[in-house]
Amino acid sequence: MKATVIVTPKKSVLDPQGEAVRKAIHGLGMECVESVRIGRIIELEISGSDLAKTKIRLEEVAKDLLSNPVIEDFTIELK
Amino acid sequence: MKFVVLQFPGSNCDSDCHRAAGEILKQPVRFAWHKDTRIDSDETIIIPGGFSYGDYLRCGAIARFSPIMKSVKEAAARGQKIIGVCNGFQILCEAGLLPGALVRNRKLHFICEHVRLRVETNETVFTSRYQKGQVLNIPIAHGEGCYVAQPDVLADLKANNQIVFRYVDAQGEPSDAANPNGTLENIAGIRNKEGNVLGMMPHPERACEALLGSTDGLPLFQSLLTHSFSLDKQE
Amino acid sequence: MSDPAITPELIEKHGITPDEYALIQKILGRDPNFTELGIFSVMWSEHCSYKNSRLELKKFPTTGPKVLVKAGDENAGVIDIGDNMAVAFKIESHNHPSAIEPFQGAATGIGGILRDIFTMGARPVANLNSLRFGPIHGDSEQAKTNRRLLSGVVGGIAHYGNCFGTPTVGGDVYFDPSYNGNPLVNAFSLGLLRHDQIRKGAATGLGNPVFYVGAKTGRDGLAGAAFASRDLTEESKEDRPAVQVGDPFMEKLLLEACLELYEHPEAVVGVQDMGAAGLTCSTCETASRGDSGIEVELDDVPQRETGMTPYEIMLSESQERMLIIVRKGHEATVKKIFEKWDLEAAEIGFVTDTGRCVIKHHGEVVADIPAHPLAADAPLYKREAKEPADLAKRQTLDFENEIPLPSDLQPLLPRLLGAASIASKRWIYRQYDHMVQKNTVICPGSDAAVIRIPTGEGKVKFLSMASDCNGRYCWLDPREGSKVAAAECCRNLTMTGATPIGLTDNLNFGNPHNTEVFWSLRESVEGLSEACRAFDIPVTGGNVSLYNQSPAGSIDPTPVVAVVGVIDEEAHITPSSFRSAGDAILLVGGLGSEMGGSSYLYELHGLKKGLPPRLDLTREIQFQNAVRSLIHQGKVRSAHDLSDGGLAVALAESCFSTGEKGLGAKISIANDTLRNDVLLFNETQGRALLSVKASDIDAALAHFRAQGVEAIQIGSVSGDGRLGLQVGEDVLAWSVSDLEESFENSLPSALDS
Repeated sequence: MKATVIVTPKKSVLDPQGEAVRKAIHGLGMECVESVRIGRIIELEISGSDLAKTKIRLEEVAKDLLSNPVIEDFTIELK
Repeated sequence: MKFVVLQFPGSNCDSDCHRAAGEILKQPVRFAWHKDTRIDSDETIIIPGGFSYGDYLRCGAIARFSPIMKSVKEAAARGQKIIGVCNGFQILCEAGLLPGALVRNRKLHFICEHVRLRVETNETVFTSRYQKGQVLNIPIAHGEGCYVAQPDVLADLKANNQIVFRYVDAQGEPSDAANPNGTLENIAGIRNKEGNVLGMMPHPERACEALLGSTDGLPLFQSLLTHSFSLDKQE
Repeated sequence: MSDPAITPELIEKHGITPDEYALIQKILGRDPNFTELGIFSVMWSEHCSYKNSRLELKKFPTTGPKVLVKAGDENAGVIDIGDNMAVAFKIESHNHPSAIEPFQGAATGIGGILRDIFTMGARPVANLNSLRFGPIHGDSEQAKTNRRLLSGVVGGIAHYGNCFGTPTVGGDVYFDPSYNGNPLVNAFSLGLLRHDQIRKGAATGLGNPVFYVGAKTGRDGLAGAAFASRDLTEESKEDRPAVQVGDPFMEKLLLEACLELYEHPEAVVGVQDMGAAGLTCSTCETASRGDSGIEVELDDVPQRETGMTPYEIMLSESQERMLIIVRKGHEATVKKIFEKWDLEAAEIGFVTDTGRCVIKHHGEVVADIPAHPLAADAPLYKREAKEPADLAKRQTLDFENEIPLPSDLQPLLPRLLGAASIASKRWIYRQYDHMVQKNTVICPGSDAAVIRIPTGEGKVKFLSMASDCNGRYCWLDPREGSKVAAAECCRNLTMTGATPIGLTDNLNFGNPHNTEVFWSLRESVEGLSEACRAFDIPVTGGNVSLYNQSPAGSIDPTPVVAVVGVIDEEAHITPSSFRSAGDAILLVGGLGSEMGGSSYLYELHGLKKGLPPRLDLTREIQFQNAVRSLIHQGKVRSAHDLSDGGLAVALAESCFSTGEKGLGAKISIANDTLRNDVLLFNETQGRALLSVKASDIDAALAHFRAQGVEAIQIGSVSGDGRLGLQVGEDVLAWSVSDLEESFENSLPSALDS
């Protein structure tokens, strides 16, 4: 199975990296870009075939390790 | 008073903390490797600064799952004193022993310099040797020292007198100019509700010798010596 | 998949000349195969073999009573500092990778020099770095590029050094258009060790196993050494894969594991890091040093990519890897330690007595080369040296007639203080953790860094260190400019109260096939050698970086120098800023007069000409000894040497960083011989500003008189935050905080937008 976990900063948290990148994009002439948020993509190769069980397990891991719920949200795609 | 300094792969300030407790305070101190699980019930725990696990994923995110951290959580529940400095603060937040989180400095650069800290409360086992409102000269050295917390968490921290240190300017005010990293309300260090766990981004262990620029960190360690247990059992 | 055929084009692509190829055939007694060609190509590249500079480098004085490990013998030189302790230090460059990918280029440069130090058995305790960029102010494309390079390089150094945990305590940064397209990143590291902890990198003991420890091998930086030996062009930007990604966390683990392993001397015969030319260099060099041979099975090398060929495995420059020659029977000790730190420790071969490097893959021999000729017998070239045709023109300066005396000298000082090369580098060093390890006594921003080192049984000593090189002086007169570089570093150390004990050099030059470039390299080596002999300090080792040249031209000759000194007692440590109002200010070493090559000429008039200040070594040493002995008598409150921008800049700098005390100075100098601007801004060498207690003025002046060194009182430290200067008829005054603002804002104004 292949899983993709996308971790993004919560809307309420200041993202200084995103800000810096937004300014740099403007510097390259694309001034229509209004906001930039920077997150992480974590790709996992998982053995086995029980999608439902794996999704539950993966959500725990995403909450405990892959993301920090205080400042981040995550989504999981599992195939 | 016995001290134990944790060592994770990538900890850098472990020796510095060991020397502060051992050579300067002249107390018995040992290292605990992150794979061990032994923490004695009469030990004060120091979680030192550095880059545990290379700061991979998030600072402290992986260290919090080390075997030693289970023992640290048990020690915290027993009321033992724990101080997390810099990366140690980050680990305590990731481990849920302190609320909130530390994120990247707002200007994105690592900053190493001496700053002014104001003691917000001296009613803790870590700050009883300071005066409330006292301004200290202590160095910082971090890239992710910006403290964030949801509004309800912040309200809680204030209601329970949990904010222990703030960055201030030459006038002693927590102004924006005095905020080195964008941290919420200039917060530099907090304690837990129970009062036995402290997390702070500045390095008190680097401010214990006049030769190195400041001795303002010494009273923090001396406060720890004054109280053998959590506030409930203070002398 | 079979290896490509050896064709003349392939040989040329590997940077091997027909003559060199003939030599290879002679050494092997046959044609080399593809893997062997690759091995010779990296071992005989400029970066690894110094083939174009070795003959010149032989001129350096490298011996002395305190030298425990000589330059060139091992990864770094080692100098005794007493109390059975020693220091290992060296400087190295990573210029070309930093030009292509500044962050990782600089980061991996730091990684490389750190490994050189802990390979010797020493824990790195202090780093310096010497950086050069093109100008960073203004809106031109070039300035934007230079800003990007600077930010990337500084970020990379911070990233690696901070994570690894060694404080970066100083360095120097200069800006000049000659560095456009060719930034310089020279990294210095110093480690501390007991005499019995010195580790060498020789493979000895027939049958002893060879262990590979650290990160897995990938296709990183293939032939990076060959890459550093060619000029940078548009095409080389496509060489991006030649730049590796450093992992300071991995290196930190490697450091701790190695230091733990060294506590078992019975288990370790030799240690060598895999730097430039990776596995190739480390295996051949250890075999050559040990006068032995080595056999390696590449199947046992931990690999993180699949299907790597022997060529790729041998030439890979994956970072954070070491080679350890283990004493037979002690393999378990090694494995246990590396397992604790979650690191690979793979037995990949053994020491033989055949004198040959034999490399196997899937059990078949894929390379078989005599170790010594490969490692030590690279052809040496005597390059042609010719003085530049326009040298006399460069050195001509008719100051009186070319530069009219300005009617108002007042604005000149803030302008000079705001010139990027002179201005505060705080924007840079704030990003470096300069306090970790809790031993930094004097932090960046002063003349030299000072760290405390424990020497056992509760005793301590102090080390002072600084790096420097005025490339402009060296372009105008490489021999004298190099003497100045060495003398200035020694002078910086003397100001802190230290006695210099050793020097390491990083020679940064253009294409050595260019006769004028090679002339300047030869002149630099001679100048440095002369200075080292006069100061009686050995060259402990260093690095040569050639081909710092682009279609636009060559960099200024930049022989960067780093010097280390010892301060025996805490009481001798002397800061560079004034300390109390009322202290007397002495100008030691005379009023000076030389304006050739000065910052005044360059920053204010855009002129790079004239004869740079002469370095009278006898006079300089006499001056430094006199200052140091007064410091040791406890009579010096602060000491700051004069360099870029002369007296006025030094006075301003001495007033800075005095915090809430708001110190200034009231200066009055009688002058009827020099123009006032010359008096204020000349860069004559061998001079310093000292502050002493008012009650000590007579004793101090008498001291210098007795030592044969010129010294006069020029004023006193004031508490009013103003710098007041009366020179002849001119009365000048500035607010110190205004001057400090010009000084502090220069870099942030360019970099913080």
